[in-house]
Amino acid sequence: MSLVSELGRIAGEHGGAVVSRVRLRVGTLSGVDPEALRMAFPFAAANTPAAAAALDINIVRATVRCRSCGEQSMPEEPFAPCGGCGSDETEIVDGRDLVIESAELETAAASPDAKPAAHGRS
Amino acid sequence: MCKDCGCGETPHHRHHHDHGGVPHSHEPGGPVHVHPPSDAVLKESVERSLLADNDESAAKNRKWMEARGITALNIISSPGSGKTTLLEKTLDRLRGRIKCAVITGDQRTDHDARRLEGRGAPVIQIETFNACHLDARRVGECLPRVADDGARLLFIENVGNLVCPAAFDLGESFKVALLSVTEGEDKPAKYPALFSSAPVTVLTKLDLVPHLDWDSATCLMWLRKTHPGAFVFQLSARTGEGMDAWIDYLAGLAG
Repeated sequence: MSLVSELGRIAGEHGGAVVSRVRLRVGTLSGVDPEALRMAFPFAAANTPAAAAALDINIVRATVRCRSCGEQSMPEEPFAPCGGCGSDETEIVDGRDLVIESAELETAAASPDAKPAAHGRS
Repeated sequence: MCKDCGCGETPHHRHHHDHGGVPHSHEPGGPVHVHPPSDAVLKESVERSLLADNDESAAKNRKWMEARGITALNIISSPGSGKTTLLEKTLDRLRGRIKCAVITGDQRTDHDARRLEGRGAPVIQIETFNACHLDARRVGECLPRVADDGARLLFIENVGNLVCPAAFDLGESFKVALLSVTEGEDKPAKYPALFSSAPVTVLTKLDLVPHLDWDSATCLMWLRKTHPGAFVFQLSARTGEGMDAWIDYLAGLAG
């Protein structure tokens, strides 16, 4: 729902535009399942400026940094040993994101002095 | 350059012009103008966390509690793994020793608040209705009512759920994951979002081990793989086994 409300806010900032495409960055440790999100999005977005938006999801795997050797690696989840030296002493540095990277907007409402849409693509 | 379309027009001049036959305005402060469909798609770089609103509320909560020297534990587990029982016994043991407060969340009922009342700590129940987790705004609304009277430790008992609560920062000092021995040793591997973000895990219901095939070493192995360095308590709130270490730890937090 916060995705839909945020898209509504962005659309509102652009004079009632509709959102045609949105790109999200979803970490594998974000707690959000991309497929569940894809399924739920049309229901949440119904009757909002994002109702027809295509959803692109950029899935980001968890990255850990080793406290022993300092190397950053992307281990097979959900386990977090260092990919360099195998140490268990790692900390998670990436993979929790749940971020709107970008949105594509189509402005349907013209400025007040605009002529009726006589500008079809030919 | 016009910031809306990059069409090269400076924003200060006043005129109307068109792109491909579509007039639009460059009046200062005027409405966003429209381009023909061929270039009517505006790509907006956003880079905004979907949890930004929650995170802002959480930051306020954190600041509010830090100013008062409150340590807040966000306690997360499956339903039925013993959060409320552990809190009952914890409040009983800390009563008269450390001033505590509790915010407890469930979808419905105030059953947990009623169980926790009368143990020397103010308690507020949040009913989340359809939500499967507590959020920072609702916790923030409760803070002045529950924790503004010299509380040193605030226990936030989240809605029973191993998934979503892990994603919502409430402004806590840290998360505590509970895992009861009836749930299986590999829960940390199956639900890494929570166990990787909770620096403390409490294994509960240790008194049931004789009736189960539970193997603590296996569970600790999964936990270590999921969260190297996590702090682990093993206890039974019912019998009191292992409770001393937990209580000493909490007393240490309250300084």
